[in-house]
Amino acid sequence: MMSSFNLLDGKVALITGCNRGIGKEIARTFVLNGAIVYANARRVGSLNILIEELPIHLRPSIIPTYFDVNDTNLVRQVFVQIHKEQQHLDCLVNNAGIMKDALIGMVTKKLMLELFETNVFAVMDLMQYAVKLMSKQKSGSIINISSIAGTNGHAKQIAYSATKGAVVSITKTAAKELAEKNIRVNAIAPGIIETELLSEINSHTMENLKLNIGMGRLGTTNDVANLALFLASDLSEYITGQTIGVDGAVLM
Amino acid sequence: MTNLEKYNDSFISSLQVTESQLDGLKYQSVEGWDSVGHMGLIATLEDSFDIMLDTDDIIDFSSYARGKEILKKYDVIF
Repeated sequence: MMSSFNLLDGKVALITGCNRGIGKEIARTFVLNGAIVYANARRVGSLNILIEELPIHLRPSIIPTYFDVNDTNLVRQVFVQIHKEQQHLDCLVNNAGIMKDALIGMVTKKLMLELFETNVFAVMDLMQYAVKLMSKQKSGSIINISSIAGTNGHAKQIAYSATKGAVVSITKTAAKELAEKNIRVNAIAPGIIETELLSEINSHTMENLKLNIGMGRLGTTNDVANLALFLASDLSEYITGQTIGVDGAVLM
Repeated sequence: MTNLEKYNDSFISSLQVTESQLDGLKYQSVEGWDSVGHMGLIATLEDSFDIMLDTDDIIDFSSYARGKEILKKYDVIF
């Protein structure tokens, strides 16, 4: 169910990885709740679908920002842009990430670096710049997308799990350091979410997956977006340093 | 107010030093310029000059003199 209660009226958010899946749904949910969203994706034009699916009067609330989150200079430029155009930033959602499976013994250092660069180093980079803006206004909410693989572990994903576990540690530490500035930092750990990534799985495997989920269904991007909405809103103003699962009681 | 006056004021207000201490002032040479003071100084400079410093430049900002060199990269001329 789409939440639309104008919980984010007047708020400005930067969300990475908005071209599909969870990021796209969070951007849509935020805009429907009154936010101005700087939506990030790497490939120019890949945000068109997100914008076209919105009611016409809300389309200007999405401001596409195309950059690679691993490019520090481009990251800095987008924060300068937000500062000049909005003078404040209320929420950062670190959603962009990559997932690659590899068994222990087949994880190369190259793969580890690739995963850590996008899933961890870029998250810290974006947080550092967001904190500059949020410190001035003495408020803000940072939401990092972790994974159940990071909190519980998952076979064949030792490197990916490590990056998502690091996101949990970053979240806890940043929450402690930034609490005095009234900047909240929380993480979301999605379970098995129905996205394009799962569309390639055959129906037999899919049924087996569902058997491991207490609620008997896959999660939706909307399930995750609703939690992000809560964490971005003032309803969660005393919640920080938490990693909250959205997994329907999945067994992993 | 000139850029030099703004630069000096940022140091004086952020680090609780006097103007006579500025020449030769280095990171961690006075009590107020520890890591917390450093981030406060950077925030004040960013506000004063309406700039956003790179993390590498924040780390490299090791003295009153070096800071002037770094700010030139952001079109702050003294």
